[in-house]
This record gives sequence, C-alpha cells and structure tokens, in this order.
Amino acid sequence: MIVEANTVRFDAIALDSGATLAPVDVAYETYGELNAAKTNAILVLHAFSGDAHAAGISAEGGKPGWWDNMIGPHKAFDTNKYFVICTNVLGGCRGTTGPGSINPATGCPYAMSFPVITIGDMVRLQKMLIDWFGIDRLLTVSGGSMGGMQALEWAVSYPERVVSAIPIATTTRHSAQQIAFNEVGRQAIMADLDWSEGNYHGKQPPARGLSVARMVGHITYMSDDSMREKFGRRLRGKENFSFGFDVDFEVESYLRYRGSQFVNRFDANSYLYITKAMDYFDLSNGHASLAAALEKTTARFLVISFSSDWLYPSYQSQELVRALRARNRDVAYVELQSNYGHDSFLVDVAEQTDLVRGFLANTFEKAQ
Amino acid sequence: MKKAGFVGELLGRSDYAIIGEIVEPNTKVLDLGCGEGELLEWLASNKGVEARGVELAGAKVRKAIARGVSVFQCDMDQGLADYPDLAFDYVILSQTLQETQQPRKVLREMLRVGRRAIVAFPNFGHWKVRMSMMFSGRAPRTDLFPYEWYESPNIHILTVQDFEALAALEGLTIERRYFLAGHRKVGMLPNLLAEVAVFLVKRG
Repeated sequence: MIVEANTVRFDAIALDSGATLAPVDVAYETYGELNAAKTNAILVLHAFSGDAHAAGISAEGGKPGWWDNMIGPHKAFDTNKYFVICTNVLGGCRGTTGPGSINPATGCPYAMSFPVITIGDMVRLQKMLIDWFGIDRLLTVSGGSMGGMQALEWAVSYPERVVSAIPIATTTRHSAQQIAFNEVGRQAIMADLDWSEGNYHGKQPPARGLSVARMVGHITYMSDDSMREKFGRRLRGKENFSFGFDVDFEVESYLRYRGSQFVNRFDANSYLYITKAMDYFDLSNGHASLAAALEKTTARFLVISFSSDWLYPSYQSQELVRALRARNRDVAYVELQSNYGHDSFLVDVAEQTDLVRGFLANTFEKAQ
Repeated sequence: MKKAGFVGELLGRSDYAIIGEIVEPNTKVLDLGCGEGELLEWLASNKGVEARGVELAGAKVRKAIARGVSVFQCDMDQGLADYPDLAFDYVILSQTLQETQQPRKVLREMLRVGRRAIVAFPNFGHWKVRMSMMFSGRAPRTDLFPYEWYESPNIHILTVQDFEALAALEGLTIERRYFLAGHRKVGMLPNLLAEVAVFLVKRG
C-alpha cells in the first residue's frame, strides 16, 4: 500500500495562548474508505516525534508508517472496514505548520516567534480537518503517549464528536519526572551554540544538542530489561576497551546512531515547542478535579498501559480509569505484560491488536 | 416441557442460568470477578443490559475486552471503591465471595454501588462436605471444594445458613433464593442438600 501525504490550508486558528496563527496547514494521510454514512472514521494520533505517515509505504521515502503493524487490512485498525486518518500535529515539522514554517508576515521561518502551542491547540486543528471531511462523529480517537493525550483531549473538548477513545501508554498530565526529562532535552538543544536562539535556518542546525536530546528520549522509551537484552555490556566491534571516549559499548553506538538519524528528520525548534505542549498538558486544568473534567465525556474508553513502561507508568492510566469510573463512564482497562518499556505500544502489538479489534468491532456495531 | 425443578445451563453453568433469569432487561450490571466476560456478553446481547466487569487476571481481562465487554483490571476492593453510590441495578458476585479477604465489606460495597446484589456461592454445609470432614478427619475435599487446604483459594467458606445470618445482621432483604444440586432445584433442607446457592438481596 503506497500512500501519499496531503495538505489542507485553513485561514487561521485561535490558540490557547490567545495568539492566532494564520494561515495554518495540516498534513494528513488516510487509509481505507469512508463509508457513505461517514460512520467508520478513525483518527489516529501520533506520539512526540511521529508524523502523518502512520501506515503503508510512503510514496516519498519508501518507509512504512509508525503504526503500520496496527493499521491496514485485517489489522487492529482494519482498513477494509474503517477509514483511518492521521495528521501531523500543530508545531510539527512534517507538513503541518510549525516553527520551521515560513511566517507570511516576514517571509522567514517563524523560529522562536512561533506561538507556544498546547495539546488542546493540536486537537482544535485536527477538529478543523474532521469538519472539512464532513465527518460528524469519529468512531474512535486513538494513540499512544502524546497521541493518547490528544485522544483524551478530544473526548473532553468535543464529547459529541467521538464515539470512543483508546488512549494507550499515556497520562492525564505530565509528572515532575516527565517534565524533567523533557527539560533535559530542551536544555541540550538550547546549550548547543548552533541553536542561535532558534535562528539556525539556512545555517548549521543544532545537531549535537538535538542528538543528545534524542538519546535521552530513547533511554526513557526502553526498559532496563529490554536494554540488557538488546545491548548488555557488549562491546562494539572490538574485543577490549579503547581506554578512550570513542564508542566502546553497543549501547553507546546505538544511541549515537539514533541521535544522528533523528537530526535528519526532526526540527530542533519543533522539539522545544512540542515537548512544552506535553508539559503543559493537564486534563484537569480549569476543573475542580480530574473526575470533574471528565464530566462531559460520553465516549466509551479502552485504556491500555504496559507493565515495563516507566516513562508513562500504569498508575497514571489507572488514575484516569478511576476518575472515569467515579463518573460511571464506560471504560475498559488492562495492563499488558511487555518488556519493551514505553516503546511497547509501537512494537509489542499482538495482544494490543486483539483488544483494539474486539473493542472497535463492538463499538462500531453498537453505534450503527 | 422441562421437568419441574430442573435448571438448565447457561454457558455450561446452572448458576448462570439463574442469574440470567433474575436480571431484568435493559438494566446496568456489574460483574465482580467476571472472568472472560461470557456472562456479561450474554446479558448484553440477550437482555440488552449495560455490562461492566472487574477481573484481576490480565489474560482473562484481555479476552473479555476482545469480546467487546468493558472490563477493568483490578482487585475486588479497588474495583468497587471508585464507583458512585447506586451506579448499577445489579452487582453480581458469582462463586467468589468465599475467596475475598473481607466478604462482609465486599457485600456492603456491592449494595452501596448497586440497588441489588446477586451472590452465588458453593455451600460448605452440603452433606458431602460434612461427611468428608467427619470420616477423614481432615479439611474436607469434595467436587465443590476440591483443593488441599494449603492450596485453596477459598479463605472464607460459608454455608447457606451463614449467608442468611449475615444478611440478617446487615439488615438485608433476601428477595429471592435458589438452591441447586447439579441441575435440580433443592426444596427441602437446603443447608444440607444444596451444592450451590444463589441469593438476590437488597438493602432494607
């Protein structure tokens, strides 16, 4: 399945900060066919560094999508049955307007003049696209990590527009630890002299800073077990220590490789803006409690967490589920056993597939 | 025509057949220790109930969710604590009361979140249990209580009379009671002859 990204331009979007962004582009891909009644649409939401390319092989890069193992014919999100949409988030760097986009007022990239955005803003832009499609209600909104935050935001902000939500390996708000890791990433970028207060366009980008930020990120996405299994203390292409600071260990080589790869596909300023949006996210903002924030929700929920995920630990999903139960909402929850840490939702999908497939089939049937 | 006193099976179980009969259509039901959600699925498709379940075993929760039942993975105490008062028409506890740490608290919680509780349990007063104990002089083992004492999940075993005494102590009204031996309803001497008891109770 070869897929192409599309882009739609809207005149403007009002942001939570009070600023307005005009115009605004949103990049998206779709898989499967929208039925005549428009009742089979699913919005999948990408995590921090993802993009609109969720499934199939991209016409542009020839690469499979980030959730290709979950989306496609006969997969969890069965494209023979459902119409799946994925967008690149606001503030991103893969087709949707972000700090790397050209500010029409100046003819230069926004860089740090880009307004600070929130998860709520990301979802507002997605809603504009769903309106543009003429879709009244989404069968489900689903994603892992930051994608899960967007799914929750959808259920709270536009309850009448979502039949169900499947937030995976996520939280209703970032903890101090989660904010702390993001801040390390941001500081690594901003400490790189090439960052130049964000004005590196047309020059050398802050590759070292961005690379270090990504290395830290990758550590948080894995588990102690999965790292031990994958790397252990194995040396990289040598029998003995180098007694220097070149790569000795496999794990060093891996992190450096992932860091340098990331630089080629991600914008450093987008890193700053999107991590900030995650840190600001708190579903209970403006409400007396989390349960009060969920008062307006009408969606059916399937909440999934993973046993070895220490970045978004199960207790955070359980807090969400307990608050939903306090409002007597329809919620299913399970913690899946997996060794892959936070990455589990992307790589360990066999059980996740059974859950999502069954939940969706039942939800679709009830909604008809 | 079925024989009088005969109880059929629902999903291979006679107590399920009774529960399936008790539950009124289009109600809200919570099943504690719902396993793979078979009963809830049946109630949802045949009685149009809004079905929820609580189950601790992850593998069972996965199967229940995969069949479309909204099940929450946690233990029984936590499973009830979050719900608001009278969130359900029925709270079902099938063959699990004797496995709970605090059965009295569980029963109270069931009747806090539910208007009615349906409790099914194996009767420890059955004559085979008494015989086993009397003749072996050891912790009884029967078809209903097949475990060695050191492996048994049944930590708070009870008889029909025990349950009725607790219901009285708690000021509960027993609206319906069913006693089963195999596929037969037991009329006389239920405390001696019933293998399984099913009670429908409510507060006050």
